[in-house]
Amino acid sequence: MSHSAHCATNPSDGLASVAVPGSVQSIERAAAILQVVAGSGGSLGVTDISEAVGLAKTTTHSLLRTLLLVGFVEQDRATGRYALGTGLLRLGAHLDVNELRARSSNWSDALAARSGHAVRLATLVGGEVVVVHHVFRPDDSAQVLEVGDVLPPTTALGKVLRAHSHPHTGHRPPAGAAVSTAELAEVRARGWATEQGEYEAGLGGLAAPVRGAGGLVVAALGVSGPRSSLFDARGLPRSPLLAMVTDAAHAVSRELGHGSG
Amino acid sequence: MADRYVLAVDQGTTSTRSLVFDRGGRMVAVRQREHRQHFPRPGWVEHDPMEIWANTQRTCAQVLADVSGRGDVVALGIANQRETTVVWERDTGRPITRALVWQDTRTDELVSELAARPDAGLVAERSGMAIAGYFAGPRLRWILDRVPRARERAERGELLFGTMETWLIWNLTGGPDGGVHVTDVTNASRTLLMDVRTCRWDAGLLAFFGIPAAMLPEIRPSVGVLGVATALSPALPIAGALGDQQAALFGQACFAPGEAKCTYGTGSFLLQNTGTELVRTRSGSISTVAYQLAGEPVHYALEGSVAVAGALVQWLRDGLGLIGSAPEVETLARTVSDNGGCYVVPAFSGLLAPHWRGEARGLVAGLTSYVTKGHLARAVLEATGWQTRDVVQAMAADSGLSLPALRVDGGMTTNNLLMQFVADALDTPVVRPMVGETVSLGAAYAAGLAVGVWSDVEALRRNWHRAAQWTPSPDRAQALTAEYPTWERAVQLSIAWGAP
Repeated sequence: MSHSAHCATNPSDGLASVAVPGSVQSIERAAAILQVVAGSGGSLGVTDISEAVGLAKTTTHSLLRTLLLVGFVEQDRATGRYALGTGLLRLGAHLDVNELRARSSNWSDALAARSGHAVRLATLVGGEVVVVHHVFRPDDSAQVLEVGDVLPPTTALGKVLRAHSHPHTGHRPPAGAAVSTAELAEVRARGWATEQGEYEAGLGGLAAPVRGAGGLVVAALGVSGPRSSLFDARGLPRSPLLAMVTDAAHAVSRELGHGSG
Repeated sequence: MADRYVLAVDQGTTSTRSLVFDRGGRMVAVRQREHRQHFPRPGWVEHDPMEIWANTQRTCAQVLADVSGRGDVVALGIANQRETTVVWERDTGRPITRALVWQDTRTDELVSELAARPDAGLVAERSGMAIAGYFAGPRLRWILDRVPRARERAERGELLFGTMETWLIWNLTGGPDGGVHVTDVTNASRTLLMDVRTCRWDAGLLAFFGIPAAMLPEIRPSVGVLGVATALSPALPIAGALGDQQAALFGQACFAPGEAKCTYGTGSFLLQNTGTELVRTRSGSISTVAYQLAGEPVHYALEGSVAVAGALVQWLRDGLGLIGSAPEVETLARTVSDNGGCYVVPAFSGLLAPHWRGEARGLVAGLTSYVTKGHLARAVLEATGWQTRDVVQAMAADSGLSLPALRVDGGMTTNNLLMQFVADALDTPVVRPMVGETVSLGAAYAAGLAVGVWSDVEALRRNWHRAAQWTPSPDRAQALTAEYPTWERAVQLSIAWGAP
């Protein structure tokens, strides 16, 4: 699923006409609607709301539809009345990176054990791709824990995070990313990213997005190892491995509450 | 050929879990069910054995259904909460009272009376452990004293005693209809009734505690077929049983003298394999049975139990409201670079190993206006690291064994700041295995070893893989050694504070 800017107010739909310099009318109106709904302590119908904010019912309805899309209000299917949405609550809830590690731990361990490759979970911190969790390649060779390290945006993890980063998510995209917009669009569409020597010759990576409760991508989970053990001669990910990575990313997303509500 | 799987039951304090493992030691399926905690009076903690038996049947059936068609489950191993005591009727299978849980303190007075007897030295000499309410024997004595007609019925052979693995094995193998009444040597060693050298019930200890021999289970090796679980479908050989901390030692593949594991949960439990020779302790660790393979000598371990580890982080969350979830303690602790001179001694209900001072009470030392909640969070994590050092030092003094590395498991091992602190405080590498479910894995290993899923302990050792390692920094290790006496002073203050 895609969460892009069309959910937010968009100048092309006619709602964002500027009333006074520095003030966007549709945002003022949406804020007024939220205040009315919040003030009711329960739920209100569209007529009550339009009267309370002094707008035409059709205008109020359009604004409510957008607020519904972004999860700031919810509509009761039976009565058609509106109440505050859970999306508002999540605005203040920042996902702690240590919490992210703790909650992904079982799934990332299992991914390493099954795939035989090193596993990393990364997230964007101030526009940088930062390793949140690292499980060693299970061969007992000497390896160093990379938690806290910054990875280049050309890694599979970096590509997943960049493909899903957007100003309205609060995440800045990784700086200096030499990844084509076409590739990022493909990563978004198919739900996984590859790395075949872009970062380090001979090194391969495969990563998938981890989504939080609200559906936004909060992290990327992936494996890395010799390019030849991750990809076939045509450069396609070896199929059991790809399923392991996307399944593990889905499992962590479920753990974080995605798709449960 | 289909994969061969092993079923493990982890009968724990709060829940019963059934898990299936493959030959690589990887978890294939898991089911879990919590049971009720009964607190009839202050200090009393009870479980309903029938509820636990029902949960065991249910989770086993579920997990066996989960893997049906994927592989052949060939054996069952059991790990259990230790020292929890059950007494039931041989003819009906009905418990005569709820199980007295290891956290239950109702025997404190009884234990003081017993400890004051002139012949009390016998207990430590024969069982290897000082007399304490922590162990099962005094609980059994309490039941015999307090439940009407219990003693006379036990003497007539109408009642059976067991710790949780004994209760489950008896039920799994038929209950009143031919159930096998056995215990494993690690669980038996936690009763104070067993001679720790011969691994048999000791007549002198039975006389001291007033326990009729007729109600006791047969003591068996931890690894070896104990009976057939006809209550399951398909029926499986029960081929391994261990107390939960010993199971974690086994699951962590600590088979050589010196190898040690620490489980960081609510409390922390450190066990170090000491080989086939019993170590006499003087420094505050206890000697316990680690495991026994059928036909082989018993392996022993030193054990250091710390009551409060993760529980201190929970207190920061629930008691003080400084964090929203346990993992956030690391985020808060990382807002500062050191403890700001602040130390927390979490002696909430006394101190266990290596101090054994029940009267100690918790304290926060070194408060100045400079100290923030970040320093407090750091001091909370450091307390767990310092307590690990206390225990490791005591063990080193008792065993003379060096600690090549500390294998860790449990929820707190996702806390990188804590794990690095432990490595620095011990000046020893800290390693985390790929499979965090070490208790149930240990039970599966014991059972699988007995029926030939794995050829020997070396095969199990090859299954152990490192998922992470924290390496000590020489500078930090030196600095923490210099700081350690300050922590020790805080501990002494907490003991002095609680002294009458």
